[in-house]
Amino acid sequence: MTNQELKDNLQRIEPTATIEEGKQYLNVTVSPEKWHNLATQLKENKELAFDYLFNLTGVDYGDNLGVVYHLESTTHHHVVVVKVATNRENPEIPTICDIWRTAEFHEREAFDFFGIKFTNHPDLRRIFLDEDWKGFPLRKDYDPSVNPTY
Amino acid sequence: MGVKIKSMKYEDFEDNETLELFKQSGGNILFTTLDGIINWGRSNSIWPLTFATSCCGIEMMATGAARHDFARFGIEVYRASPRQADVIVVAGTIVPKMAPVLKRLYDQMPDPKYVIAMGACAVSGGPFVNSYHIVKGVDKIIPVDVYVPGCPPRPEALLYGVMQLQRKIKLESAFNKKKDK
Repeated sequence: MTNQELKDNLQRIEPTATIEEGKQYLNVTVSPEKWHNLATQLKENKELAFDYLFNLTGVDYGDNLGVVYHLESTTHHHVVVVKVATNRENPEIPTICDIWRTAEFHEREAFDFFGIKFTNHPDLRRIFLDEDWKGFPLRKDYDPSVNPTY
Repeated sequence: MGVKIKSMKYEDFEDNETLELFKQSGGNILFTTLDGIINWGRSNSIWPLTFATSCCGIEMMATGAARHDFARFGIEVYRASPRQADVIVVAGTIVPKMAPVLKRLYDQMPDPKYVIAMGACAVSGGPFVNSYHIVKGVDKIIPVDVYVPGCPPRPEALLYGVMQLQRKIKLESAFNKKKDK
């Protein structure tokens, strides 16, 4: 499916989403409330069939935090990028690891470094850093002196 | 036509491995000879631990492989268990989460044991020194005998480091226990 067809399809599924053409991929921005429903559609819809989540990144935009999802369909070979932004004080995004199982570890990583809480995640705890680590090191306002250095 | 001999300072005569060995053993010729034999054996049969945490490990493997082949210097069989290893080459970045593991491996090695800090990360933290999650030099955790700088060091550099370690072992005495660590 071409980017234009994808755009029309996605806009029909989720009218509140803003869709724009990026340099390479189609960028879809959606609110955290609508995201889980849209994700289910992306996976289940036979024409879209995004069955492969190949990247999940946490981002610190400054004013708010966000997560960027890269999705690909192994049958239709089209790609879409979904951006979900949330607030800084209580960053919560619904988990999508019930849809793409690979997200389970990726979401733990985003939680580890950015402190984004993925609601309904089965096992949300730190993955790379120690359990007693303070703060989230990839946030722009992270203060390295709160953790012991060697 | 006279032969020009390269001049040598008087202090350089003092800086002599055999002389140091002689002094260390208190001038006992028998022990000096025994030490010489023992240390010759020990220094030419250093077994390293299979331990590498990043790209320095690749360079260490290259050093062990056919082209550079540090088996020529007796640092030969990589042991998978610290119980059988004489030297641990810390090849790569050590993060605080890895630090207790490294300490445990070192503690599990039988004496006499040696440590080579290979590469900028193991020496001082390297390019990650200002990162949030780095051990700034493995000498913060375990005593280091030889530092091999580089990012990563070429096999020649590691070979040189190994030879320095061998020199160090050759100066030890099995009878006069003076640990200078």
